[in-house]
Amino acid sequence: MTRIDPIFAIIALLLLVGGTIGAALAGESSVVAAITLLTGLLTALFAVISRRRDEESVAAPPPPIALSSLPPGIDELIEAVDDPMLLVEGRLVKHANAAARTLLGAHIVGEDIRLAIRHPAAAERLTGRTSSSEAAWRIAIDVVGVGERERQWQLVMHQLRGGNRLVRLVDRTATYATERMRVDFVANASHELRTPLATLLGFIETLEDGKAGNDEVTRARFLKIMFREAKRMQQLVDDLMSLSRIEAEKYSVPHDPQALLPLAQEVRDSMRASRQDVDERVRIDAAPHTADVIGDRAQLSQLLYNLIGNALKYGRPGTPVRVSLDTAPSGMVRLTVADQGEGVAPEHLPRLTERFYRVDAGRSRSLGGTGLGLAIVKHIVERHRGRLDIDSVVGEGTTVTVLLPAAPASSSNRNANATETNRNGLSGIAGTA
Amino acid sequence: MPNGNAHTVSAFDNDMGQLRALVSEMGGRAEAAIAESVQALMRRDLDAAARVVEEDRKIDILEVEVERQVLRLIALRGPVADDLREALAALKIAGIIERIGDYAKNIAKRVPIIQDAKSIEPMAILPAMGRAAADMVHDALDAFAARDAQKALDVSMQDKAVDDFYNSLFRALLTCMMESPQNITPSAHLLFIAKNLERIGDHATNLAEMVYFAATGQILPDRPRGEDMLAAERV
Repeated sequence: MTRIDPIFAIIALLLLVGGTIGAALAGESSVVAAITLLTGLLTALFAVISRRRDEESVAAPPPPIALSSLPPGIDELIEAVDDPMLLVEGRLVKHANAAARTLLGAHIVGEDIRLAIRHPAAAERLTGRTSSSEAAWRIAIDVVGVGERERQWQLVMHQLRGGNRLVRLVDRTATYATERMRVDFVANASHELRTPLATLLGFIETLEDGKAGNDEVTRARFLKIMFREAKRMQQLVDDLMSLSRIEAEKYSVPHDPQALLPLAQEVRDSMRASRQDVDERVRIDAAPHTADVIGDRAQLSQLLYNLIGNALKYGRPGTPVRVSLDTAPSGMVRLTVADQGEGVAPEHLPRLTERFYRVDAGRSRSLGGTGLGLAIVKHIVERHRGRLDIDSVVGEGTTVTVLLPAAPASSSNRNANATETNRNGLSGIAGTA
Repeated sequence: MPNGNAHTVSAFDNDMGQLRALVSEMGGRAEAAIAESVQALMRRDLDAAARVVEEDRKIDILEVEVERQVLRLIALRGPVADDLREALAALKIAGIIERIGDYAKNIAKRVPIIQDAKSIEPMAILPAMGRAAADMVHDALDAFAARDAQKALDVSMQDKAVDDFYNSLFRALLTCMMESPQNITPSAHLLFIAKNLERIGDHATNLAEMVYFAATGQILPDRPRGEDMLAAERV
């Protein structure tokens, strides 16, 4: 428009001047002069109007760049990101990636952003009611309960070209859970240690009293309980120590080949002392030609001890516990320990290997569990660069599968002798879940 | 644009979108107020409580804004059918959310009063009850945002849980008062707080009813109610 403007003005001026001169020179052609004058006036008017319209269009802010005019492929790019992302034009959600649609619902596209994310601080930021300096923009907002409850998100906003915004939600649930787990661990450990201690102190006090202390039967009974509680505490301390030891060695991969079958038999034998039904219930069989595994002998036997111990404890009395060894399709050695018990409900499975996590705390304690057994198993498997799978069918039983890296075939023979010499490696065994 | 159909007059869609966004923002604030007031109570955090009271003013301002917008929308655009329902529902929902905000504020106001009281055992139930009530509001607002009648229906079913919480807290607090006269003042305040949460649950049900009405044009079918304590007293 601006470019045409001066041309309009010149034409109008020429016509006006021409019309006036024409009118002054020849009186008889006044009609022509009048028409020229009129045209000139109209042109001038048009020029003025167009100038004004131009000014108006300058005063109005440039319309935001339509998101559809973003380079092609951007949508696809955003779609591929796992974090929920929203492209916001003005206040309207123009595009939401798959993660965002799952979290917030597909209806949010085309709606106001405040409808999608209801959070006071986010609403203020998104509607620009607070100061929108560049620094303030970058501060993430913690948002709880978007989509599912209990999930913690961090909302980050980025300014894009033309006033558009990219709103990104980052899942912080895991970070918060880790933090909570650390706090919980200390609290749990102290609690678990204090309980047997309180029992011990109580009984000691009672025994100090002459009446109870002198009675043979009562004393024997009390001492038995005290012994059991002290044993439990010792077990717990042992478990805690082995857990921290395994964690400390996390990055040093073991390199000695170990034969699992003799180790499993050894563990079974060592369990005879504490349980009578071991021989009839535990059945160990290995597929022929199962390779040795690369591992730490003491830790592997602890793993076996914990898994077989759990299976014996949580399997129904008298039911068999099957320990089997074979080679997985991936070439790793597969150790399976299966019991026939009540099983574990699916919602507990992801948390089974957490320290002090118990499906049924009372039952676990009464069976002498410390709540650390599977945590230790998990850490041992992790250190061995193996895999741990727990499958459970409620009412039928639980199957724990451990995959461990196989030793190269050449080193297996050497190991056959090694097992004999390492017999004493079992002494450090402790703990079950 | 109800039911996903855009109107010929896109200005109407803009107005309606703006209105819904305002209601949603109000809801977000009320939700946060419930969670924060209960947290302030449990942590005995006076600053947080004062903040909740302060923030409630913003909910009130938003309510006035919603009312203004609805009036303008009806006067200028003359909506019919589902649009009219939606506008009216927005108006009523704004009123309900404002009440919910007031209850949260009321809880926050009691924080300083029971600040010095020794811990009352039944108080441990309050966070769970607060979460149940806040969940209802949360779900009702989700249903509003999605125009989801089924979800609204689900919310109205949750009210029983909050009512049950209230009934058990009522008994527990009464026992607590009988145990020691010192407990009476803080227990009475806790009772009011529990009542406030229970009312929030009821209002969340009302909210769900309005969402259901806006989405379907029908009144929500009758819901199962918690044990009516007043009826039991009379027997």
